[in-house]
Amino acid sequence: MTMIRWQRPEAPQWYEMAPWASLRSEINRLFDNSVEDWASLPRLMSAWGPALDLGEEKDNLWVRVEIPGMKKEDIEVSLEEGMLVISGERKPNADYREAQVHRSERFYGRFSRSVALPTAVNPDKVKASYVDGILTVTLPKAEEAKPKQIEVKVG
Amino acid sequence: MKTNVMQKETAQPARAASQPETWCSPEVDIYETADGYVILAEMPGVTKSGLEVSVENNELTLIGRRSPAASGGELLHRETRGAHFRRAFELDPAIDTDKISARMEQGVLTLTLPKAERTKPRKITISD
Repeated sequence: MTMIRWQRPEAPQWYEMAPWASLRSEINRLFDNSVEDWASLPRLMSAWGPALDLGEEKDNLWVRVEIPGMKKEDIEVSLEEGMLVISGERKPNADYREAQVHRSERFYGRFSRSVALPTAVNPDKVKASYVDGILTVTLPKAEEAKPKQIEVKVG
Repeated sequence: MKTNVMQKETAQPARAASQPETWCSPEVDIYETADGYVILAEMPGVTKSGLEVSVENNELTLIGRRSPAASGGELLHRETRGAHFRRAFELDPAIDTDKISARMEQGVLTLTLPKAERTKPRKITISD
């Protein structure tokens, strides 16, 4: 799709010289792009929101985040008022600083994800592990949030 | 020899009809130095045993299969796709394909593709 500015046929083509002529071509370019390019827009705005899953078991909640290529010490996990926050920074490998870059699709920089936990958890027993580029946080439910089995005595 | 670098991506290998799995293309960084190329490919959840790197007719294919995640119970929110990874590249003929090496670390595949000795830039001394 191309956006064409309406104009009287006799009007001079002054806008071609205007600074927004480039803006217009930029907008045209955006409309020409496919859906895949739109999907990569957050990346262009230099934000990284790693994919996150949340699950619930009988005694635990678990959160899994895909953050490949991190160092353990660069990942921060915190719990605040029922909100789990996972953040960190992925740093580019210094070995390739001088190299010629052919493709650069991976994101480098800070990221942050947070998720509201559906039940109360015991903050002292939260555990996190980082294996194969996936961070898994296991959050044991607080006693009052666990499903209780009530024994009914049949008299 | 700038025309033949690994810029060009070749078509995805055909998918067998019997495979119900989903595939996605891993994000990559590609660097070139005087000694060769380095490819960094993001494959979270892929272990060394799920990895397959092959070269055929100067085409490099990377395949990373994930094992299903261990955590059970009820899934409340899902963003990951769980797809396997696959991507193919046409290689610069200067690469010595016998010397390609791979390393898997925290879900990132590092492939080192050295250039053959004869194609490396060398300094020629001018005699009088």
